[in-house]
Amino acid sequence: MIKLIGVALIAAGFALRINTLLVVLAAGLATGFAARFSLNEIMAMIGKYFSDNRAMTLPIVLMLPVVGLLERYGLKERAEVLIRRSKAATAGRVILLYTAVRQISISLGVSIGGHAGAVRPLVAPMAEAAARGRGGELSAASVVQIRAHAAAGENIGNFFGEDIFIAVGAILLMKGFFEAQGMNVSVWAMALWGIPTAFIAFAAMWWRCRLLDRRIERAATDEQKTGGAQ
Amino acid sequence: MKIITVEACYAVVGLYLFVLAGRIAAEREHPRRWGSALFWTLLGVTFIGAKILAPIIIGYLVVAMVVLAATGQVTRGVSHEVSREERVGHAERLKNRIFWPALLIPATAVVGTLVLGELHLGEVWLVEPKQVTLIALSLGAMLALIVAMRTTGARVGAASREGSRLLQTLGWSLILPQMLAALGGIFAKAGVGEVVAGLVAQTVPTVVPWVAVVAYCGGMALFTMVMGNAFAAFAVITGGIGLPFIVKLHGGNPAIMAAIGMLSGYCGTLLTPMAANFNLVPAMLLELDDKHAVIKAQVPLALVIFAANVILMMVLVYRF
Repeated sequence: MIKLIGVALIAAGFALRINTLLVVLAAGLATGFAARFSLNEIMAMIGKYFSDNRAMTLPIVLMLPVVGLLERYGLKERAEVLIRRSKAATAGRVILLYTAVRQISISLGVSIGGHAGAVRPLVAPMAEAAARGRGGELSAASVVQIRAHAAAGENIGNFFGEDIFIAVGAILLMKGFFEAQGMNVSVWAMALWGIPTAFIAFAAMWWRCRLLDRRIERAATDEQKTGGAQ
Repeated sequence: MKIITVEACYAVVGLYLFVLAGRIAAEREHPRRWGSALFWTLLGVTFIGAKILAPIIIGYLVVAMVVLAATGQVTRGVSHEVSREERVGHAERLKNRIFWPALLIPATAVVGTLVLGELHLGEVWLVEPKQVTLIALSLGAMLALIVAMRTTGARVGAASREGSRLLQTLGWSLILPQMLAALGGIFAKAGVGEVVAGLVAQTVPTVVPWVAVVAYCGGMALFTMVMGNAFAAFAVITGGIGLPFIVKLHGGNPAIMAAIGMLSGYCGTLLTPMAANFNLVPAMLLELDDKHAVIKAQVPLALVIFAANVILMMVLVYRF
């Protein structure tokens, strides 16, 4: 039970809004000491796992110079011009379309997109522009909603498309786990049984995107009403 | 032998972080220029030195970065963003050509993943076959940068300045995913998972088949929230709850259990700040003041998908 101290520290730290890095370090030290590791052993573990997971940071750092440069030369502004030409475009539809592209491509084994490479420079600005094209200027709350849903679309497409492709990490990990237990479980079967959830996840995203569009519309009409009364 | 290794890509990241640190150190009006420059230098060292330095040294370097971040030494510089008018002007001049570099990244990733891993002359491989996705992505980003500079007529300095601006927007939260992964590693070594699996197995009447399903899916989601990573949760919860109860006791289908169990774990990923790379870093990238805005948008999605997973598994796992 004492080993759960790290979990408790994380929960408390996040709740009290202490610097997250500090909370994570403290939780690591506390858990390590609770499991009777020495300070140097814990430091070596932190160093090893930090290095092993450099792949999490690499795409962001390498992507930012090109994304920043394109933004400076009007990438977002051009995306807005294009999206305004489409009469059918709404924030929700833009995000849902991206979710579909992301989910289908990754289920075929191709990882495109990402928060740094696609959501920030393209998807979020296009969704915002689509909403502006319909209801005029957006409230700050609507902008936050649109951007957060764009990020959610990336995550949903990524997570719930991935497990359908058999050469992907998750399926191979499960295969390896069963082999270590002396069981032979087919990768095809595991990929197949991921399909129902993939459809449900996309349907859920469709529902959220529709709700997002309605909320934006309502916020826009409310603004017009109060604007008219003044 | 491999000509392009993933370590080479990490070295490029490290070198770029040194450039960034140099830029910050030279910025006189930067409010915390020495602390910030030191932070990015240390991060660069961990990227280049991971295979050269002992893990324990990297560990202490990480602690130094955490201290710099926690004492408020890592801040943004004074931003010199160009005006909207200027950007609109560029957009009108460049038209759709501005998209080419952005589309080149996924295109290179696709072609690279399909082709690069296969290219070899005897034992000499062009890229590390195991790391082909990451290498293709890195090459795509670099190629896109070159094309972007040609298209816009910008110089290297401008690219490095814009990259620095965005990296400083992220600030120390850039290393949060790696830190949390390290914490997950310590949790795993310390046996936190066994404690969680044991607690669930003891307190929940898993002798009832559908209860075992709820306990397994719930365990996957909860433990993923704790670890920030469904992969780490999978071995622990499947070993502790899934295999002994669903498969061995009740004769459930292991493929269905594993597939839907992992996807239940992903519902946990949608809900947790521990999965910083999916939830917190995007909030920073999109410049949202509320760091948890992405998680809040995902709560209804995660709950619906989770409920569907539990029902799917209850219906399917004992039937096929």
